[in-house]
Amino acid sequence: MTGKGKEIVRIDNLHKRYGELEVLKGLDLSVTRGEVVVVVGPSGTGKSTLLRCINLLTVPDSGQVWVDGVEVTAAKTNINRVRANIGMVFQDFNLFSHLTALQNVAIGLRKVKGMPAGRANERAMEELTRVGLANKARSYPSQLSGGQKQRVAIARALAMNPKVMLFDEPTSALDPELIGEVLDVMKRLAHEGITMLVVTHEMGFAKEVSNRLIFMEGGVIVEDGPPDRVFFRPQHSRTRQFLRKISELYGKDEGSADIDE
Amino acid sequence: MEGYIAVFRSIPYIFSGVKTTLLLTAAGLAFGALLGLPLALVRVYAGGLWAFVVNLYIQTIRSLPLLVIIFLFYYGIAQALNLPEFLAAALALAVRSSAYQAELFRGAIQSIAQGQMLAARSLGMTRLEAVGYIIVPQAIRVSIPSWSNEAAIVLKDSSLAYAVGVLELMRHTEYVSARTGEPFVSFMVAGAIYFAITFATNRSLDAAERRLRIPSQAEV
Amino acid sequence: MSDVPAGTVDYLIFILPTLLKGAVVTIKLSTTAFTIGLALGLPLAMIRVYGRGFIRWTAVAYIEALRGTPLLVQLFVIYYGLPDLVPALQLDRYTAAFLALGLNSAAYQAEYFRGAIQSINEGQLQAALSVGMTPFQAVRHIVIPQALRLSLPALSNEVAYMLKYTSIVFIIAVPDLMARGKILIGKHWRAEEVLTAVAVIYIVLVNTAAKAMGFIEDRYRIPGLQTDRPG
Repeated sequence: MTGKGKEIVRIDNLHKRYGELEVLKGLDLSVTRGEVVVVVGPSGTGKSTLLRCINLLTVPDSGQVWVDGVEVTAAKTNINRVRANIGMVFQDFNLFSHLTALQNVAIGLRKVKGMPAGRANERAMEELTRVGLANKARSYPSQLSGGQKQRVAIARALAMNPKVMLFDEPTSALDPELIGEVLDVMKRLAHEGITMLVVTHEMGFAKEVSNRLIFMEGGVIVEDGPPDRVFFRPQHSRTRQFLRKISELYGKDEGSADIDE
Repeated sequence: MEGYIAVFRSIPYIFSGVKTTLLLTAAGLAFGALLGLPLALVRVYAGGLWAFVVNLYIQTIRSLPLLVIIFLFYYGIAQALNLPEFLAAALALAVRSSAYQAELFRGAIQSIAQGQMLAARSLGMTRLEAVGYIIVPQAIRVSIPSWSNEAAIVLKDSSLAYAVGVLELMRHTEYVSARTGEPFVSFMVAGAIYFAITFATNRSLDAAERRLRIPSQAEV
Repeated sequence: MSDVPAGTVDYLIFILPTLLKGAVVTIKLSTTAFTIGLALGLPLAMIRVYGRGFIRWTAVAYIEALRGTPLLVQLFVIYYGLPDLVPALQLDRYTAAFLALGLNSAAYQAEYFRGAIQSINEGQLQAALSVGMTPFQAVRHIVIPQALRLSLPALSNEVAYMLKYTSIVFIIAVPDLMARGKILIGKHWRAEEVLTAVAVIYIVLVNTAAKAMGFIEDRYRIPGLQTDRPG
């Protein structure tokens, strides 16, 4: 399931440094439509930075990024329009505190896509139903559990009909018993054919629904292949070490919470 | 140009008003604290009627402009007892500050975790001892930023003593302004002096707070 | 003055209309000053938080200067000082009063808004951008609505402050409540009664305003967000 389809994300020679520390050292990546790519690796290896360079929330020092044929990193690109085509889900949810769940999902439609309020609310309701939270439409973020907040965040991103969904450690801030509901939504999206790029520690998710498992360390991609191969026959010892540690901590299919990142 | 020089030469005279201003401020703050802390303690720890009366006092004072309080003391007490207007102003500042400091200390006291009181009592301390040895020392440290704010307010409010003829900074500046015919420069100078004093006061209180701070994990 | 009633109650009734006229002026002054403060303070806060370089420095200087000096000094600079600087700027006492009070309020309100803006976590801004909003849209739809609501307790305080501090305008002979009280004292020499009446009216004004602000706070509070009332 690789190669033949349309290339949705393309990254060429991406570099980013923070002061002394170089977090991305000439990274290349290509993601085709419908792929579900999971990125794992030790903290500080630039996984989040990678995601944020794709929608330019972080500006890379050098290198190029294309999303659906548009060069994101080009100077004359209208970044806001590009971002409307990319969905991002944050570790800390980042829901708008003063808006209800429905309003959170609808605001992008209304203010960025210029949809009239009635239609926007309808679309928003569709997405909320899709993540199983139609009954919480009128609730405020502070009234929702962590898992519910994250699902609303996913609905908010999905409502914009993005070409690709970026997930930045979506379950790392959740209590153990709430992780499942979020992963279920994400698995369903994967089955529906949404192109996803997910940074996570949830190995169960990776093994179940991803097409590709990428191991990142030291600012470069060390290993990249189908999850079964990377997991059971990794080509690099570092990969093997890291994955063994993860399995020790989390077990094969459990989705338990991170200790620290 | 001669006007400017005249103002420059009058700066010592403007400055002699600073002494009175500082005296007013110190009196207001000191008596405000002396009264405010007990009031806060009553508000937090005493029951029913006492707390109610104290609260009534605080809410009433906080609803009044300082000028009204100044005039109440000036016409009411100072004239009757033939006291200098300085005293009327100082008393007014003290009364006003006592109400605000009471609220300030109340907030600080209530922010000290319940557990502290429980621990103290479990050692056998009486309520009074617990308050005196455990709660108040911590509350004072916690309240320094707000108190610093209050100090700045009292300093600026001391300028209202002008209204009853106290010879503080504003009054002196006005004289200079009239004599030199340079109101703009004169009052800007006065403003600068107030600003400098406020700045210095904030700085020293910040330093005091740092020295008194209870070291946290990070600082060891 | 033979037509001035002798008894306390009669006297109070006698002076009430005059004092109430002054109260109206007080209310007008404080609402105008508060509004000027709001209109100026919010942009100032934004410059303070989002601005750079010289323009941000100017905003900071303005805020620090107006908060670090007495209101009376500012009033005198505007009323007596400006015409000295530029003869054309001889403002009438009312305009001077509005201006001084409004500019002063703007500086304090800017600080309240700044606190509120900075308490909105950065992640929400990032989320807004990630959905495709321009920075301007993000500020307009996400930051400002929350900042205004988070500032409500502080603004509540500011309204009360304004009502009280307008009393200084009596010094430049603007006929507010304080001024009329002072005039009556000068005329009839019955300070205790006049001052008591003045005090009561101020108490009523301040507490009514507080109640009204309380209703507004309750109506617009963001559910679940704790807001602190500044001392």
